[in-house]
Formats: sequence, C-alpha cells, structure tokens
Amino acid sequence: MYDVVIVGGGPAGLTAGIYAARSGLKTIILEEKVFGGQIVFSADLENYPGFPEGISGMDIIDKFLEQAKKFEVEISYDGVEKIENDISCKRVILTNKSCITTKTIILATGASADRLGCPGEAKFIGKGVSYCATCDGAFFKGKTVAVVGGGDSALEEALYLANLVKKIYLIHRRDQFRAVKILQDRVKKNNKIEIVFDSVVKEILGDKFVKGVLIENVKTKQQSRLDIDGIFIYIGLTPNSKFVSDLIQTDEYGYIITNEEMETNIPGIFAAGDVRKKSLRQVVTACADGAIAASNAQKYIEKMKA
Amino acid sequence: MAVEVKLTTDNWEQEVLKSDIPVLVDFWAPWCGPCRMVAPVVSEIAHEYEGKLKVGKLNTDEEPDIAVRYGIMSIPTLMIFKNGEVIDQIIGAAPKEYFTQRLDKIL
Repeated sequence: MYDVVIVGGGPAGLTAGIYAARSGLKTIILEEKVFGGQIVFSADLENYPGFPEGISGMDIIDKFLEQAKKFEVEISYDGVEKIENDISCKRVILTNKSCITTKTIILATGASADRLGCPGEAKFIGKGVSYCATCDGAFFKGKTVAVVGGGDSALEEALYLANLVKKIYLIHRRDQFRAVKILQDRVKKNNKIEIVFDSVVKEILGDKFVKGVLIENVKTKQQSRLDIDGIFIYIGLTPNSKFVSDLIQTDEYGYIITNEEMETNIPGIFAAGDVRKKSLRQVVTACADGAIAASNAQKYIEKMKA
Repeated sequence: MAVEVKLTTDNWEQEVLKSDIPVLVDFWAPWCGPCRMVAPVVSEIAHEYEGKLKVGKLNTDEEPDIAVRYGIMSIPTLMIFKNGEVIDQIIGAAPKEYFTQRLDKIL
C-alpha cells in the first residue's frame, strides 16, 4: 500500500511528490499524458522566482522531475479512471483496470485547454489549428496566423509568435483584454499584431490545411473572412476533475473545493494546483499547494496510526 | 540501450519506407516541450514492441524536408508507416494506452 498517490505530474504534483518522499512517505505520481502539464507549452517563465533570466517550461519541469527522482518518488504513465474511498484505505482504479491502494491521495490533475467547438476546428488539428505556439510556431515562419483569446496565455503566445510569423490577428470576443497590463502594452506596441476586438470565430476554413477563418463581430453581427495559414487557440481552461465528480465536491465549473490545508470534502484526499478553486493559477502557487497538501497528507497518516 | 532509430533524409527510404516491419515515427523538435515529455513514453513503446515495431525519431528542425513532405504542422506527431504508407497518425500528447491501443489494432 502506498502512503500517497499523487494524480497528475505538473508543478503541483511534482512538488507534492518531492515533499512527500522527502519526509519518508511511500509515494507514486501518476501522469496520464505529459509530465509538466500546461507549463511545458510555455516558452519562457518570467515570473518564477530564482530565474531572473527566465526559464522555459520544459527546462523547469526537467529540474522538478530530477529533484523528485532524487527523493525516489515512483513515477508512472497511467491515467486514473476512478477513486474509491473506504474507511481504512483508498483505491485508485487506473484506466488500464489495475488498482492501487493508498492511505492518502493528492489530486493535482490541473486543467485542459478549451476548444472553440466551431466547424473546422477538429478537422484541422495538426493542419493549422494548434494549442501550442512553442511547439508549432516554427512551422508558420513568415506566414499569417490568428491567435484567439484575451487572457495572459493568448497574449504571451501572440508575442512569442510575433518573432516568427509575418502577421498575427489577435481575435478576442470582448472590447478589452483580461491579460495583465504589461502584456497588453507589449501587444499594442508590436506592429506585427493586429487586434480584432468584439469578434468570435464562427468557422475555420481550408482544404487540406487551414486557409482562413470566418469571424463575426458580436456587436454588428457582421461576418468577415481573414486569410490565415494557422490559428492558435487560448480561450480558457476546464479543470480535469470529472473522474472524481461522484466523490469530490467542486464548484459549478468543476474546480475542486478545498480549505487552506488543501483538504477536500473526503478526509485523506487533498487537491493542489490548477484543478483547485483558487484565485491565482501560476506555477508558484501550484508548487505551494503541492507542498501544503503533502505535509497534510503526512499529518493525516500519523493520525491514522495513533 | 536505445532502440529508437534516428531518422534523416538519407536513411528515410531504407529505414521507414522499405522497412520489413511497421514503423512508428515520432516527429519532434528540441524546443517543443510536449515532445520532450512524450519521449519517455515513445521509448517505453520502443522497448515493449521490440521486434514487432521499429521506432524512429525525426527532428523536424534538422530534417524540415521530410516534415514538409508529410504536412507536419503540429508536434509531437506520431505516424505509423506500413509498407511505405502512412496508416495512422496521432497528433499531440496522449495517454500511453491511447498509443498502444492504436498500435495493437494495426500490429
């Protein structure tokens, strides 16, 4: 039996792993897809303390992983289908149908990028539709692309792409951005970026590859077509909490509700990072959550013994 | 021991198109975070399917011609070749089981 099973290998899960294993708990991290989660899509982390020159998302995750391995955290590429809670132990049912028993669980499954859901989007994934500018930007050198969204991610990615492409349409459904001011200022100053406010994407057009996008002005209802070779979508996130929705309390959006100790409604099950209902979702706050969750998992185990 | 083959324009025909067994090609680049993170999964697959499947890595930065030839616009992309033809492709990071299920259907 494990002391701690951590579901999700992003900054929250890896930090929880480091703290749990370092305090002597038998710990495993389960990652379904990609260690690092959303942050590996980021080319440059400017605001994580300790790296004044900035650091890429994947470089910092490499360091997190190295540190977790140093403390002998077990890691495994497995998805979780379901969690069952018993008085004496908890069971984690994996998508490969095997079962792990554990004393505590830390849910650090993060959030996934939302899709537009418009015609053409699914058809052109990998053929001009992208959710990762750092991965795919280089395929659009000297071309024209659109970026959809108005938050920090959308503006950061537009600025990253501006170094590679000829022109960017930054499409946002409101008449102002949600992103922090420093990013808004940089976007407005960048002469490769044309801001298209009050507009939503109705359809992504093309043949084998993306050739254009049909947008509609939400105020005038006027539709127009922009000629583009690629479209990068950053419209928001959905928490990955569905697999525990029968057991764990969430808010109306699916974010897991915890107290300051990262405790969920089920004793011995904690949540950390972006999947949790909170006001600021950053690597540094995910790490903090992970540390608190691991420390409280340890306290829970000690209380079980007593 | 690395069982993955480094693919280039020069060995593409020999290693992929003329291969006796199906080939899984991982299109990747060093600056692509998800590619780097998917790499261990690809390695695990290479070991588990050794003998039945050849696993090759193509760096789209070093070999842009091949990336263009196959219309790669998003990485990681995993393509499965059989008898010189693309018979399946998976774009983006996915759970390992998703890869193995698709492979098991084909092999």
